[in-house]
Amino acid sequence: MYIIVVGCGNVGAATARELVASGHEVLVIDRDSEAIRDITEELGEIGLTGDGAEVQIQSRAGMERADMVVASTGRDEVNLAVSQVAKHHFKVPMTIARVNDPRNEEIFHALGIDAPVSATQAILAQVEQELPSHPLIHLLEFHGSDFELVEVVVPEHAPSVGMRVGDLELPPRSLLPLIVHPDGSPVVPDSDTMIEVGAVVLAVTVPEHEAALRRILSGVD
Amino acid sequence: MKFVIMGCGRLGRTVAEQLDSEGHEVAIIDLNESVFSLLSPDFGGATVLGTGVDKEVQRQAGAAEADVFMALAQGDNRNAMAAQVAKHLHGVDRVVARIFDTPRAEMYREMGVDAVNPTSIVADLVHEAAFGR
Repeated sequence: MYIIVVGCGNVGAATARELVASGHEVLVIDRDSEAIRDITEELGEIGLTGDGAEVQIQSRAGMERADMVVASTGRDEVNLAVSQVAKHHFKVPMTIARVNDPRNEEIFHALGIDAPVSATQAILAQVEQELPSHPLIHLLEFHGSDFELVEVVVPEHAPSVGMRVGDLELPPRSLLPLIVHPDGSPVVPDSDTMIEVGAVVLAVTVPEHEAALRRILSGVD
Repeated sequence: MKFVIMGCGRLGRTVAEQLDSEGHEVAIIDLNESVFSLLSPDFGGATVLGTGVDKEVQRQAGAAEADVFMALAQGDNRNAMAAQVAKHLHGVDRVVARIFDTPRAEMYREMGVDAVNPTSIVADLVHEAAFGR
């Protein structure tokens, strides 16, 4: 694949390194000619100095044949502009953008950036996973829809303990694709599968029904 | 009408003062508090300190009720982002942005942002001036 990385700071350089190592064709764009000189010394002629948000520079980079663009700078307005020019002017099929300030995630989603990536959200998700008492953990958002994959570890005294899956009154647009029993065995549940204490229940749901799902499975408000 | 303007530089200030003197309701946003002191003493509009690309700062300036949002700061990227936040997150009908990069100005126009492109406007004027017209 031909992948263009805009921004040659720590994030952009590390991304380029990995992509080159995986055998992809990579071009890195940055306004800072020293950053570009350093990366070309390390990885070969894969750098271009210029403002990666400008149509002219993206054109010179061959953006029209790129399979993917990664906007990795430390400035959200730059990453948004890079992604929008790539997507709307050059029809790049996949735009991945770093979101530095989590308050800006909403606009990236609203404008159709394929994969806004927020380090802050990643850290929060990790924190959730590390907190044993946390009742509901976000695992994945399905891009292009409202649906998300979440995980609930069934606590003692939860209302779902000892119930059949078929008897749970799941909220709308929610389903349970996988349950891992406390002994570690995974099952694709049917209506007769019993919910046990310590079971890991994976659920697909939408944000507005997350709270109802959590109440049913864990009893936590 | 109600106008929210991002950027209290020369352009933002001039536009804000003109709209205010015409009797419109104006709020002007800037990151730097000291620039508000450059507004005319007659300016009767509101000043809002903060980053104009932020949804919450725009809300404080009244973007949700604004008829027009204008992004008149220095950078194309900031202006484009602020205008689109106003349009898509606050539902402002008419959003104007100063965009220096000519091809991008055209692209943002296709996306519903009324992009004003000083480069092409001034280039035309310079061309006319060169021929003494």
